[in-house]
Amino acid sequence: MISCEKAAIICNKTQYRESTFMEKLKLKFHLLMCKTCSAFTKKNTELTSICEKANLNGLSESDKVRMKQELQDKV
Amino acid sequence: MVAHKLHPDNWVDNYADYLFNYAVGRVSDAEIAKDLVQETFFAGLNSAKNYKGDAAERTWLIAILKRKVIDYYRKINSKKGKAEVRMSYSSSSSDSEGDWIEERVADPFSTLENDAIENEELGSAIFDCISKLPKKQALVFNMKTIQGISTEDICKELNINPSNLWVMIHRARTALMGCLNQNWFNI
Repeated sequence: MISCEKAAIICNKTQYRESTFMEKLKLKFHLLMCKTCSAFTKKNTELTSICEKANLNGLSESDKVRMKQELQDKV
Repeated sequence: MVAHKLHPDNWVDNYADYLFNYAVGRVSDAEIAKDLVQETFFAGLNSAKNYKGDAAERTWLIAILKRKVIDYYRKINSKKGKAEVRMSYSSSSSDSEGDWIEERVADPFSTLENDAIENEELGSAIFDCISKLPKKQALVFNMKTIQGISTEDICKELNINPSNLWVMIHRARTALMGCLNQNWFNI
C-alpha cells in the first residue's frame, strides 16, 4: 500500500503520461480505498483537460531573456 | 504599489505569456506574435508618461497590443495593394461547383464559435492563476505543461532532481486547481 503523497506524485506523473505501468497499478489500487485521492485525481485530470482545451501558447525562457535584454537596452 | 507607476522591468515576467497567447490567437503565427509582443513593450515604454493609472498595467498593455494587431493586418493588406476586395463564392475545389451558397452559410446551431471565445477566456484565466504562483513553480509548470519540455531536460536546465520537480509540479497544480475553482468555475 502506498502513501497518499506517493499517490499524488504518481497522479501528477500520469497527467504528463510519465508514470510506469506498475505505478499506475499501485495508484489504481490506492484510489479504490482512498476517497481523498480519488477526488484529487479527478480534479487533477480535469485541470489537464482544461489546459489542453485552452490551447495555451507560451514563450520559451530564452525568448523571454532576449525580450528582457532588448527592453533593457531601450530603457 | 503606486498607482501611477509602471514597472517595465517586470513586464516580461508578468505579462509576456499572457500577451503572447492573446497575439497568437489573432495572428496565428508564433514568430509574428513574438514580434508584436516585443513591439507592444517598446510602445508601452515610449508612451509610459501617458499612463494615467486608470487601468491596470496589463489592461493597458493589452490595449496597445490590440492596436499592434490591427496595424499588422493593415500593413499586410496594403502591401498587396488591394484596391478591391475579391470574393470567391465557391471554394477552390472544383467539386463544390454548382452547390448552393445557402449550403455554406454558418450553422446557427453551431457552438464552435462560442467555444473559441470561451477557450480564450479560459486561457486568460489560467495565465492569471499562473501569475499568482511562486516564480519557480510557475516556471516549472510553464515549461512542463505549456511548452511540453521533458522532465529530464527541465531538471538539467534548472539544476534540480526529478523528485524535486514533481513536488513543485504538485504544488503548482494544487494551487492552480484552487485558483481556477474560484475564478473560472464559480463565475
